Formats: sequence, C-alpha cells, structure tokens
Amino acid sequence: MEEIILRKHTFTILVENRPGVLARVAGLFSRRGFNIDSLAVSTTQDPSLSRITIVVEGNDRTLEQVSKQLNKLIDIVRVNDITNVDTVDRELVLIKVNAGAAQRQEILSIASVFRAQVIDVSEKSVILEVTGPQDKLTAIVKLLKHYGIIEIVRTGKVVLIRGEKNT
Amino acid sequence: MIGSQVLVECLKSEGVDVMFGIPGGVVLTIFDALYDSGIRVVLTRHEQGAAHAADGFARVTGRVGVCLATSGPGATNLVTGLANAYMDSVPIVAITGQVNTDLLGRDSFQEADITGISLPITKHNYLVKDVEDLPRVIKEAFYIASTGRPGPVLIDVPADVTTTDMKLKIPENVVLKGYHPPLQGHKKQISKAVSLIEKARRPLLYVGGGIIISGANNEVLSLAEKLRCPVTHTLMGKGAFPETNSLSLGMLGMHGTWTANTAINNADVIIAVGVRFDDRVTGRLDKFATKAKIIHIDVDPAEIGKNVAVKVPIVGDAKSVLEAILAELKTTPNTSEWIAQIEKWKKDHALRYDNGTDEIPPQLVVEKIHEITKGDAIITTEVGQNQMWAAQYYGCNRPRRFISSGGLGTMGYGFPAAIGAQIGAPGELVIDIAGDGSFMMNIQELTTAVCNDLPVKVAVLNNGYLGMVRQWQKMFYKGRYSCSCLKGNPEFAKVAEAFGAVGMTITRKDEIEPAIREAVSNGRPTVMDFKVAEEANVMPMVPKGASLEDMIETHEVK
Repeated sequence: MEEIILRKHTFTILVENRPGVLARVAGLFSRRGFNIDSLAVSTTQDPSLSRITIVVEGNDRTLEQVSKQLNKLIDIVRVNDITNVDTVDRELVLIKVNAGAAQRQEILSIASVFRAQVIDVSEKSVILEVTGPQDKLTAIVKLLKHYGIIEIVRTGKVVLIRGEKNT
Repeated sequence: MIGSQVLVECLKSEGVDVMFGIPGGVVLTIFDALYDSGIRVVLTRHEQGAAHAADGFARVTGRVGVCLATSGPGATNLVTGLANAYMDSVPIVAITGQVNTDLLGRDSFQEADITGISLPITKHNYLVKDVEDLPRVIKEAFYIASTGRPGPVLIDVPADVTTTDMKLKIPENVVLKGYHPPLQGHKKQISKAVSLIEKARRPLLYVGGGIIISGANNEVLSLAEKLRCPVTHTLMGKGAFPETNSLSLGMLGMHGTWTANTAINNADVIIAVGVRFDDRVTGRLDKFATKAKIIHIDVDPAEIGKNVAVKVPIVGDAKSVLEAILAELKTTPNTSEWIAQIEKWKKDHALRYDNGTDEIPPQLVVEKIHEITKGDAIITTEVGQNQMWAAQYYGCNRPRRFISSGGLGTMGYGFPAAIGAQIGAPGELVIDIAGDGSFMMNIQELTTAVCNDLPVKVAVLNNGYLGMVRQWQKMFYKGRYSCSCLKGNPEFAKVAEAFGAVGMTITRKDEIEPAIREAVSNGRPTVMDFKVAEEANVMPMVPKGASLEDMIETHEVK
C-alpha cells in the first residue's frame, strides 16, 4: 500500500460569480470528508469572476483528484494548487484581549512589535488587528493568550503568485 | 410570450419532440403550453419512471432525454433517475417546477431545494429566477448535457417565471468560460501509446461505455482486427465490440468471464478506452493487471489515474484518439501465441450453468430470448442476478442496444427505461430482462406502456428472492436469508392483465420457447413470468474485495 502523507494544500479557484458556486466547491471537499482549514471568497478585477482560496489538509493523490473534479464544475474557470509555488499570502485576525489599566501598556508594546493596529479600546479590553502570513498571526495570538483572549476572528488566507504570472 | 411558452419554444429549438413527466401545481402553466405544442408528452405514473424513461430514450437514440416534474415531491422523485444518469454519463435535461420566487426558502407548500439536493448527482443545474435567463439556460443545459462526458442537467423553474412575459430571443451560441470539453488527444501521448502498442506481445483492449457514447465502435473493431488484439468489455460497453467476433472475450469483472479476467491479469499492454476502472471491474486494486502497462483514453481528465496508475494517459474523445492511433500505427505486434493461449482458455473455461433438473435455469431463459431474437433485440435490464445473466448470455453486436443501470445499480430501472427505449426506437423489439424484486419497484409503469401502445416485453426471471442478495447471503452470511425472500409476490401474469397488458406464466422448460415466440410477435405490452430455479447463482464470481485471480468459477459453493 502507498504511504499516505497528509499535508496542507492551498487551492486558488477562479469561478463565475453566480449563486451556488461556493456550495458546489465545498461539496467536493466535504463529500470526501475533508475539513476546510480556511476559506476566502471575493470578487476580482473582473466583476463576472470571483476567487476562492481554500486551505485544506489531505494526501496529494486524493487532493489531485479533488482538483480534477473541481475543474469539471461548469462554473469553475480555473483551479490552481499553489502549494509549491512562490507566493505571497496574508491573513487578517481581530483579537479582543483582556486589558485592564495594568496590562494595557504591555499589550500595546506587543502590538507595536507585530505592527498590529489598535482598533478599539475600552475599560477592560482592547481589540487588535493584525495582518500577515499565518505564522506571524499564530505567534501574536500565542503571546496574547497570557492576558486572556476574549474573542478571536480570523479571515481565510488570501494568496497571489509572485511576479507577472496569474494566480 | 410568457415563460412557459418560451420554455416550450426553446425545447423545440433543441429538437425535442418527446418528453416524459407528470403535472402538478406549479407546472400547470408549462403543461398548458405543452398541450398543443406538438411535443409529445408521455405521462408516466411516477416521476422516477419519467427520469428512467428519458434515460432509456437517450441511451437508445443518442439524443438528450427530457423529463418534467412538479416541485417538491415531484422533483425529489426524480433524484434516483438523475443519480442513475449521472453515474452512467447519460444526457438528460430534467425540468422541475418550483414555488414562486417570493416563496423560496419559506418552507412553502411542495417546496424542496432541488438544486441543492441534486448538486452532487447532476453535471450542472440551474435555478432560473428571471425569465430573461430562460433561453440561455436551456441552450446551455442541452449543450452541457450532451457534450464532453455527457450527464444530466436540471433546470428548476419557479411558477412565477413561467407566467412572466418576455420577448423570445433564443441565443445562437453558448458561452461558458469554464467548460471546454477536450476532443483531440495530445499528439505526443498518442505517439507514446503507438510505440507501446507496436512492441506489445500480449495486448488487450478493455472498452466501455465511452465507446458507445463517442460512437467509436468501428474504430475499436479496426484496431482489434489490425492488431489481432483480444477485446474485453465492461457492462456499459456491451455492444462496443461484437461479441460474436472471435476476438471478443466477453465481459470482465466481478461476474465477467474467466478468460477476460485472466487475460487482463496476463496482458502486457492494456488499451483502456472509455472505461473508469470501477471496483466491480478491477476487484482488489493492488492485484489488478500487475503485468501490464496501461494506456488510458478518456474524455474526462478526472478519470485518468483515479483508480489505477496509468503509463500513457490520453485525454480526448475515444473516436478521434483511436482514429489517430490507427493512422499512426506502422507495424503490428505478433500476437499469435497470445491468441492461441486465449483460444485455449475460452475453450476450457466457457460459461456454463446447471441444467440437470426440471427447474428452469434462468440462464436458459436468457439464452432462448437471445436465440429467438437472433441477438438483435434492444435489451434493458433491472439490477441484480437478472442483469448479470442478461450480460453473460445475451451477446450483443451493436451499440445502444443493451441498456442497463451500471454505476448506480438501480433496481426498477429496466422497465421504465424500456418504455423510453421503445419510444426512441418505435419499430424495434424491446425486452426488459427483469427480476421479480426489481420489476415490483416500477411496475406501475405498465399503465404507461398500455396507454401509449408500447409493445415492450418484460421477461421476469422470477425466483422469489432478491436473488443477488440471497446469493451473497448464501456465500458470505452462512445462508441466513435476512429479508431477501419475496414469498408473497403477486401473480405477475394477473397483474399484467389487470393493467391491460398480456400476462403469461411459464413453469416448465418446454413452455419457454412458445411463450417467447408469442410475446415477441403479439404487438402488445407483455409480461412473461418465468418461474425459475430459486437458488441459482451468478457464476463466475469474484468475491468483493478479492483479486480477479481469486475468481470462483463453479456453482458448488461451500
């Protein structure tokens, strides 16, 4: 039997901007029992097209099969597995963290190291906005845990291929 | 012009002259528009029957089959038919009514999210919320259903869309950014395939439904004869290559012939065309065709490498790729030793069955039907033992004449499919080879056959069991016949008569021939109830999950 190695794949999918497209795409992953790690959908420079960026963990062969099945969907214009491609990728996270008067200064200095924006301050908490690649976000979240994170919300990863080549 | 009239005009412009369906609340306006449209609407007695009839029609004619149902339960009753057509790549356009657009998503009466439900079992589907989109959607639906790897497309039309006015303008072209079915195979790949074929010593053609869809049966014949290369076919590939040709090995797989299964495991080059290496064909994958380099030709790139590793993948239409291979072949391999080996296998391992008692062997019934119809009837089958015996004993020489639910394995498929087939091929003899379990699943369509004067025949191989279930229980569950016994079946001949069809009951071997002869010449819908041996098994058999080498050949089962 072949060895099954799981790893994270990033797919960027160009689709027709129509209702139901996301359900079709998500259905192909869910039908094989894949859990979607992250998902981002938005319009593009062409209003008739949208881009879906999906991060999913699985073995290479099954995901190649999923990618081929995605290509068969009529509403899908292009599927690209960019896991091994030179890209820039970004995520955004909003973190609401406990910050009484005593801790506020410390938190603000952590924020400045990570170039996080402070977007809300109240008596007992602050909300930080951080943008960056996944590992940077994970690092600041880890640091802030110490103060007590009240809530977190994170966007899906968005990715573009470096240089002139289309993603 | 209102939406329903637009719909009808668009269907006509696609060449639709017959469709299958049942009316209901939200499709009244559509049926009203159909009333004097010139399109023949065949009223089935269950929407599943409509979907299967459209499917049978499509398979026999090669055209798109059309079915029509109301919202809610009408639409959900189509689901099995859509899934069936999807698995076997059959072009169908299904039109469903839907509740008014302002009632969508409010659990309205007879509302079901059929586009959501049918998402994974259609090639594509549409919910048309604006009447202006209707002509484009219908044009696209027929194009998508019938091109590339065909499949069902569903169009869901809310009631208010069918009553809204618009000026009819049918688009001339289809523009789909994400849909470009491949046609020509890649030149380099074709050259690679050719050089592999030229060097082969033990080549084997493994052909399936794709040949029939593509219309490539003449190319398969040319290639087989040019190479002196034996041919095995799948269930869906019956008719892709003449079974009377000495190069034919018959069907392969779970109930395939000993020779076909042995040949595929001994071949050095397999030319697989329009097939998908289904688990019922390959058995245990790591023991499948281990000695062979595989050339896989398919129009669907997702089929390549899905189940087995392939040496030379070629994405393209079977006919055009085979033409290209034929044109490029310079030398042909010497296969005489291989052919001699295969001839010996065929002789030593012919299909056989037990005919030693007074009981009617079901295989004998199929053989007699074959003999009397000279192998030239259009055969539909139900699913289970009847289907496998039909596949084994009804040799088929032409495409589009063996109609069976391959991928989904839908019991209840064969009879409504026979109705669709008969409508698609009015002068032909259409026979559904059925089991008593399957026939009961859509027996209500006897009315459809009678009302439409369709002289379809049903040959029920009546063993009083869900025969294939019983066979598995015998072989793998210590003979514990849990819920597989169908004692309590009605007398099918009387049922047929009550529906206005002809009914016959056949209990002795000497009655078989006269019954079939009468049935095929009486010009009426006819049910032949053959009381066959209750515990006959389909043999040979590859147990589930076993390798093709572990095929059980004889009836004696522990």
